[in-house]
Amino acid sequence: MYSFEPTEEQQMLMDAVGKYAANDLRPAAREAEERGELLHKLLSRGWEIGLLQASIPEAYGGFGERSAVTGVLAIEEMAFGDLAGTLAVLTPSLFATPILLAGSEEQKQEYLQKVIEREWSPFTAALIEYAFDFDPNDLKTTAALQGEEYVLNGEKAFVPFAKDAEYILVYANLDGQTQGFIVSKESTGLMVSDEREKLMSLNALPLYRVHLEDVRVPVSQRLGGPEGHDFEPILVSMRVATAAAAVGVANAAFEYSKNYAREREAFGVKIAQKQAIAFMLAEMRTEIEASRLLAWEAAWKLDQGKEDAFTEAYLAAMGAADMAMMVTDRAVQILGGHGYIREHPVEMWMRNGRGFAMFIGLAIV
Amino acid sequence: MPIEFEPPKPIVQTQLVLKTVADEMMRSRSRYFDEHEHEIPWDYIEFMHSAMRAMGGNGLAPRENGKKSEEGEKRPPIGYQMLAAQIEALCWGDVGMYHCLPGGGLGAAAVFAAGTPEQKEKFLARFNEEKPTFAAMSITEAGAGSDNSAIRTRAVMDETTHEWVLNGEKIFVTGGDKSFTEYEKLGEGFIVVWATIDPTAGRKGMRGFVVEGGTPGVKITRLEQKMGIRVSDTAAISLVDARVPFDHILGSATVEKDTSGFKGAMATFDATRPLVAASGVGVARAALEFLKEKLAENGVQIRYGLPRQKLTSIERDVIDMDIMLKSAWLMVVKAVWMADNKKENVLEASMSKVKAGDVCTKITQKVVEILGPLGYSREFLAEKWFRDAKITDIYEGTGQINRLVVARQILGYSGKELR
Ligand SMILES: Cc1cc2nc3c(=O)[nH]c(=O)nc-3n(C[C@H](O)[C@H](O)[C@H](O)COP(=O)(O)OP(=O)(O)OC[C@H]3O[C@@H](n4cnc5c(N)ncnc54)[C@H](O)[C@@H]3O)c2cc1C
Repeated sequence: MYSFEPTEEQQMLMDAVGKYAANDLRPAAREAEERGELLHKLLSRGWEIGLLQASIPEAYGGFGERSAVTGVLAIEEMAFGDLAGTLAVLTPSLFATPILLAGSEEQKQEYLQKVIEREWSPFTAALIEYAFDFDPNDLKTTAALQGEEYVLNGEKAFVPFAKDAEYILVYANLDGQTQGFIVSKESTGLMVSDEREKLMSLNALPLYRVHLEDVRVPVSQRLGGPEGHDFEPILVSMRVATAAAAVGVANAAFEYSKNYAREREAFGVKIAQKQAIAFMLAEMRTEIEASRLLAWEAAWKLDQGKEDAFTEAYLAAMGAADMAMMVTDRAVQILGGHGYIREHPVEMWMRNGRGFAMFIGLAIV
Repeated sequence: MPIEFEPPKPIVQTQLVLKTVADEMMRSRSRYFDEHEHEIPWDYIEFMHSAMRAMGGNGLAPRENGKKSEEGEKRPPIGYQMLAAQIEALCWGDVGMYHCLPGGGLGAAAVFAAGTPEQKEKFLARFNEEKPTFAAMSITEAGAGSDNSAIRTRAVMDETTHEWVLNGEKIFVTGGDKSFTEYEKLGEGFIVVWATIDPTAGRKGMRGFVVEGGTPGVKITRLEQKMGIRVSDTAAISLVDARVPFDHILGSATVEKDTSGFKGAMATFDATRPLVAASGVGVARAALEFLKEKLAENGVQIRYGLPRQKLTSIERDVIDMDIMLKSAWLMVVKAVWMADNKKENVLEASMSKVKAGDVCTKITQKVVEILGPLGYSREFLAEKWFRDAKITDIYEGTGQINRLVVARQILGYSGKELR
């Protein structure tokens, strides 16, 4: 059967996330972007909602079960508030969710509880690399087996909170396969750059370049254990999350510019009464809906273990990236010159908007 | 029920059956009727009619919803979802042929939306009779298309005979010929003609009238020659002192303060817009699947999963088309799911039409481009789908009119505030 109704539980969660997005993330967003810093109490408040905790079974210290559909609903709501804040709050998931999905029993026992029993703490992951044709399935960072250890070499980019992270889940190319390795901060040869990455947006999210030079990782710390794991479900979960975040940001830009257009007057009428503006808004709303439904379907297929979840998530992420660019660009356009001034958030959303084409790896459901 | 995307089993089964029908009864005839405009595809019509009768169906109309299953628990209603899936599947075969499917079409939809229970009984029973029977809906005039409240066709009551007397000129009536002309092989059809009972009253004066086939004073004056969907007849009609029984008026015979007559016409569109969108998705899917087939034959693979930077231009195009097609279909599904569940869907219905109108024109145009000479040649159907697809963005509210509807919905504007 088809159905488009979140469950009551999902609705409650969405309401909680929505409140947090509106009351905490959004009001802090501009200041955080300007100062390049998120208040820690924002993170702990977001953490208290318990998105990650609720996706981990009791056996590992959590109180629920993972659902990609729930994840998509929550991430869209949260990103409506602020993207950088959302990615920061959810950073520990980048480490924990792949372990939940693909980790060995020992890894789950060892790490999951550690992540969720505490206050928000910077457990993180490193997937993105600094190359124009970065491809998660064809990484330049390498892993090679030497005796009882894997030796990692390469450079990772855009790694959230790498500076303070106790553990980083590093993805590397092992004989042509992307595999995760749980790397302790203390490892010799692991160097986190002192300077933060400076990007077109996401200033509030501390991102770092991470160098790996002959970093030795015990075989037991390969994600999934000595036999390794399938990367696909992890990548699918990342793509679905990125699509949801793109929908959230686009929706923020849409709502803001819509409300502005209803207030702003030109030539004696509200600008929203001009078709040139009204049609842009109608198309923005339509494309947001299109991307949202694709993301939902991909998430549902992921939860159901459908074979085409991979393609579906890929399409959802690609489509959402284009959509977010289009919608956020128009939001700036609708505000005219005022849209270009940083006092209004639309220019920031437009800078966010361009990023979704390359943010795979910064969020996961 | 939680969020779910599993197509209901009865729908999947129907899609399978209709694929065969589309291949064998529609596509096999597509080219011939495209090149023989205004010939009627009798064998197809008769086959479809007897097939639908055999299946106990009443043409394409939403079934009674929410039937109980054997276990006695109530199944969620899927009438409109089924209809959308059927239309999509048939239009994958041939959109023009889909319009030649016997049944009530938009005419019956208008009676359904604006008629009394007695009228529904009187006018809608005929479609399940022995002969295939058609009905059409005629609102458009030369001077009144998108702005259909500007219609000039008049209906005046003749107090002596208690009949309505209709005068006016109508154009672009889909199936008008098959609904009105008394063909031997067809049952008696009708056209719902929209006219005004009070030209000073604007929308408030608009009413639909059921004009039976063969009514004296009514003439089919022309069948249009079209870019695409050529097998579907598009009639121009003149009404000169055409007399229609009193009880053939849909809605009230007097002008009240409300605009229920106009709303009746519009209600027809709310229900049918996602269905028109579904028809567009069907053509688009036909074109995209054909393209993929041809590419595969030529050893071109689409490498899903690669970053944009590593894709070829063709791969990017195909992937973009996949995204468009899938999301357009999901928007149709959501809109009809809302209709089935009695949720107001004006916004979703129009958004699905906006999206599908865009998507099916873009996809068919791109497919012809990528296929080059193979796309442009009449040897294959791609060029025909290109021509067929365009109508999706024009009838039952142009892309612009549906954007207006969407914009008014999201902005909370009336028609006056946003023209
Ligand atoms: C093959 C075919 C079958 C049809 N079948 C039927 C049928 O069965 N029954 C029936 O009644 N009609 C039918 N129609 C008519 C169809 O619904 C109309 O053609 C359509 O509504 C547009 O009207 P128009 O052609 O007069 O264009 P116009 O209304 O003149 O529009 C011209 C252009 O102006 C734009 N426009 C108009 N108003 C606005 C506005 N307010 N804001 C912005 N842009 C605007 C339109 O989008 C369009 O781009 C059919 C038409 C065709 C071609």
